[in-house]
Amino acid sequence: MNKVLVAGKVNGTILKSKDSINFLGTVDKKTGIISDKNHDLYNKSLKDSILVFPSGVGSSVGAYTIYSIKSNDVAPLAMICKKADLTVATGCALANIPLITISEQEFSSLENGMKITLDTENSTPILH
Amino acid sequence: MELTREEESALKGEHGETMQMAYRILVATGEATDAEKLIPIEWTHLSGVNYNTIGDAGEEFLSSVSKDARVKVKTTLNPMGFDIDNVSNYGLDENFISKQLSIKNSYETMGVTPSFSCIPYEIFDIPKDGTQVAFAESNAAIHANSYDNLKTNKESAFSALASALTGKSPNSSLRKEETPNITINMKIKNPNELSYGMLGFFAGKVGDTSVNISGLSNMDNRQQKAMCGGMGTSGTCAKFIFGDGDSDCEKIDFDEKELQNVHDELNTAENGDIITLGSPQLGLEEITELSQKLKGRSFKKRCMVFTPRTVKVQMQKLGYTNELEKAGCEILSDCCTCLTPLINKDNVDAVTTNSIKGAFYLNNSNKVGVNLKPLSEIIEDETK
Repeated sequence: MNKVLVAGKVNGTILKSKDSINFLGTVDKKTGIISDKNHDLYNKSLKDSILVFPSGVGSSVGAYTIYSIKSNDVAPLAMICKKADLTVATGCALANIPLITISEQEFSSLENGMKITLDTENSTPILH
Repeated sequence: MELTREEESALKGEHGETMQMAYRILVATGEATDAEKLIPIEWTHLSGVNYNTIGDAGEEFLSSVSKDARVKVKTTLNPMGFDIDNVSNYGLDENFISKQLSIKNSYETMGVTPSFSCIPYEIFDIPKDGTQVAFAESNAAIHANSYDNLKTNKESAFSALASALTGKSPNSSLRKEETPNITINMKIKNPNELSYGMLGFFAGKVGDTSVNISGLSNMDNRQQKAMCGGMGTSGTCAKFIFGDGDSDCEKIDFDEKELQNVHDELNTAENGDIITLGSPQLGLEEITELSQKLKGRSFKKRCMVFTPRTVKVQMQKLGYTNELEKAGCEILSDCCTCLTPLINKDNVDAVTTNSIKGAFYLNNSNKVGVNLKPLSEIIEDETK
C-alpha cells in the first residue's frame, strides 16, 4: 500500500537492494557504507541515493544510525520501502528524510541507477 | 491517522519544538503500523543509551532535547557502554567515558529511571494484564507481548522516546488481536537455550509482526529470554502466540537443517579467547543457577557476566558475587554483551557465548568471531 511517512521532494538516482537493511549492525555511521559481507549492497555507499529496499530489520537503535548518517552528510536523499518498519520510519522522521512505501509491483518496476523525482505532495509520487 | 485537536496543535508546533518532534515521530510510526489513533500508555522502556551505538549524533541530540523535555510516564532504560564501578579495568578512552556520562545525565535530567537493563520484565513489577506499554528493546518488547500479558509495538528508540514525552503511542496492530498467517513447528529434540535462540532468530526472519509457534516443551527462563533475544535480532516480528494457529496458516518446520543454517551463519570461530554470559542480561534466577553450576570449578579464561545493577546489589548480599568471582567471573552491571566497547578486535579475536543476539552483534558490529555453545558445554569445556 502507498503511504507517505515523511513528506518531501527530491531528485536522485536509485540505489536498490533486494535484501532488508539492519541499520545498526550493517551501516557504517561515518561513511554510510554497508559493511555486512552477506548483504546485497556490501561496500556500497548510501550517500545521496534514493534508497529502495524491502524494509528495515533488527535493533531499534538503528534509528539513531539514520540520524547519524544524516548528521555526517552521508545519508540517502530519500527512502522507498515495500514495508515501513518502525526503525526506518522514526529515523527518517527525525532526520527529515522523505520516506514512502509502495506496492510490490511498483517496487519491481524500480531499477538500480534509474533517475527519478520523488514528490510526496503529488498523487503519483514517483516520476521517471 | 485521526488526531485529536490537541494532538494536531502539538504537531503544528504550538506546544514547542520538542512536542512537535515527538508528535511527528508518533505520526510516522502510526502510519507505518496502520494505527488509526494514539492511545495512552503507562510505561516506556528506552533504547539508544550506549555511546557505542548512538555516537556523537545521539549524544548531541539527547543533550539538546533534555534541556526542556521531561517524561510523562514511568520510563526505564537500556544498558549503556560500561559499569562505572570497574570501567578503569577495561582501558576505555576518556572521550568514550565522558560522552557516555553525558548521555546518562541527559536521560536522568529528563526524569528517566537509570535502570540500564535490557530485562525490565525481570527487574520491575509487571502491571496488570493487558496494560499498554511502549518498549524499544526488542527482546523486552517480544517478552512483554509473549510472556507478560502486556501490549507493545516493537518500538524504535525514537518512538519510545516520543511515547515517554507524550504518554501516548499509536494503536498499532500488535496492540490488537493478532492472527498470524505462519505457524512454526519446533522439531529439535532436547533443545537447550542455544537451540531456542536459533529458533527465535529463524522466526524473526520468516515472521511479519507475530508468529504462531508450536512444539515447544516446558521452557525455563533462560530459554524464553534466548528465544525472545534471537527473534528481536533478525526481524520486525514482536510476538509469539503459543499454539498451532488457524488451519489455513502456512506451516514451517524448524528442524535440524534450519538449525544448522542459523548455526553456520552466526558461528564464525572454533574457539573463543573470552566467554560472555548475558545478552539478554542475567537475572537473579540465572545468577543463582550459575553460581550453583560453578561450585568447585573455575574458568580457564576470562568470563564476563552481564547483569542489571539491581541484581548485582542483590547477588552481593546473597554471597553469589564472591562465589562467581572466585570461579573467575567478571561481574558487570549497567552494560551488556551486545555492542559493548569492552570487547573489540584489537584485544579479542573471538568470543564464546550462548547468546544468539550477542553473536549477531559481536560478528557484525564488534567484528570479532563467535563460538556458540550452550551454557552446559561452556561450563564443561571451559572450566576446571
